[in-house]
Amino acid sequence: MRPLDTAYMWDLVPIILGYVPLTLGMALVAMAAALVLAAVLAIVRVLRIPVADSLVAVFISFFRGTPLLVQLFLFYYGLPQLLPALTNIDGITAAVIGLTLHFSAYMAESIRGAILGVDRSQWEAAASIGMTQGQLLRRIVLPQASRVAAPTLMNYFIDLIKSTSLAFTLGVTEMMGAAQKEAAGSFLYLEAFLVVAVIYWIMVEVLSVGQRWMERHLGKAVAR
Amino acid sequence: MKCEIDIAGLTKRFGTNTVLDGIDLCLKPGERVAIIGPSGTGKSTLLRCLNWLDAPDAGRITVGDLSVDAAHATRAQILALRRRTGFVFQNYALFANKTARQNITEGLTTVRGWSQAKAAARADEILAQIGLADRGDSYPSAMSGGQQQRVGIGRAMALDADLLLFDEPTSALDPEWVGEVLDLIRSIADGRQTMLIVTHEMQFAREIADRIVFMDGGRIVEQGPPARIFGDPQDDRTRAFLRRVG
Repeated sequence: MRPLDTAYMWDLVPIILGYVPLTLGMALVAMAAALVLAAVLAIVRVLRIPVADSLVAVFISFFRGTPLLVQLFLFYYGLPQLLPALTNIDGITAAVIGLTLHFSAYMAESIRGAILGVDRSQWEAAASIGMTQGQLLRRIVLPQASRVAAPTLMNYFIDLIKSTSLAFTLGVTEMMGAAQKEAAGSFLYLEAFLVVAVIYWIMVEVLSVGQRWMERHLGKAVAR
Repeated sequence: MKCEIDIAGLTKRFGTNTVLDGIDLCLKPGERVAIIGPSGTGKSTLLRCLNWLDAPDAGRITVGDLSVDAAHATRAQILALRRRTGFVFQNYALFANKTARQNITEGLTTVRGWSQAKAAARADEILAQIGLADRGDSYPSAMSGGQQQRVGIGRAMALDADLLLFDEPTSALDPEWVGEVLDLIRSIADGRQTMLIVTHEMQFAREIADRIVFMDGGRIVEQGPPARIFGDPQDDRTRAFLRRVG
């Protein structure tokens, strides 16, 4: 057994940290897009909009039923063979789109559950004073549903950050890709991957603290 | 006098079950009508159809100059009908994410397009009227059942509706809160607000109503002034029902 090359590890830290903005950036863009898409998908399902409802059900089933890695490969390597317009798609874009679709499927289900958790009589009460469906969703139902869904959605965001590491399989040099490159040069795989693991871990822990704070904070306004 | 509210041939089916079987009812301006009858006879469904919470299958609802035919009601007509009919729910159904004041202003700002300031001023008047002037900033979860139902009534009052619909407004309340809610409804009734109230509180119905409607099996069996319905019911079913609840 050889000792860990800690000096090498310390040298790696700033290099890997340099890719944190890219990793977080991909995660944030994918999360924002996934949230919007998930809300739309959830509303389509809750309102049982004909045809769209069935399409959404298939969409959700597919993206929850297949591995993210397979989806990313399908997207990046497979689809361009079908649609030549996608040939020049870069790895970052493909990864962000893939992550968006994948996580929107999961988040749609938790948002749908949260919407259904809002007492039906509040929908009726909103309708009874003459609100349109859009108004009652926006002003009464979604604010309550988002409080309920927030902790789960935060978990998905944490999962999403970690999943950006798969972008390296599409040739993107993000945190994981950078660690891989460094390791390939130095052959110090253990050191390189330990450093990247610890940086992911710290990022997630920081977010978890934020999550707990948010839960306490949100819980207060409409405590039951 | 002409009908302010005119209900003609209102019919509602759930599957093969006919819950409302051609209801005809005319309310004069300021008339207060109480609907009584056994459970499951369509009383609540009638109220819900008037607010289009349940879509009737046939018939016509006229409120003032607005006339809606169940067979071809447009979305705009349904919204207009809802804005003219205030609905008070058995379980209050307050917006949990809004304070008492916001529950009252919501319809004014979002639906009627009032400014926040104007709506808040109106809400404060209503809060005073429902005896909750000091609870405007409370969330429903921090209020008693009686207080919540008073806000529910305030929310319906804010619409300035032609017709107020009360769907068993005290049935979900603990006995200790029933009195304050009935008192509030009584004070609204004293203001000659046209209202339809479904209730199991016979004594209350007798006190505030100009007319009692007895329903059974999706039909109006008998109607008339309280003294006659309670004192000298004509139909066997009315007599049997009053004996049971008596």
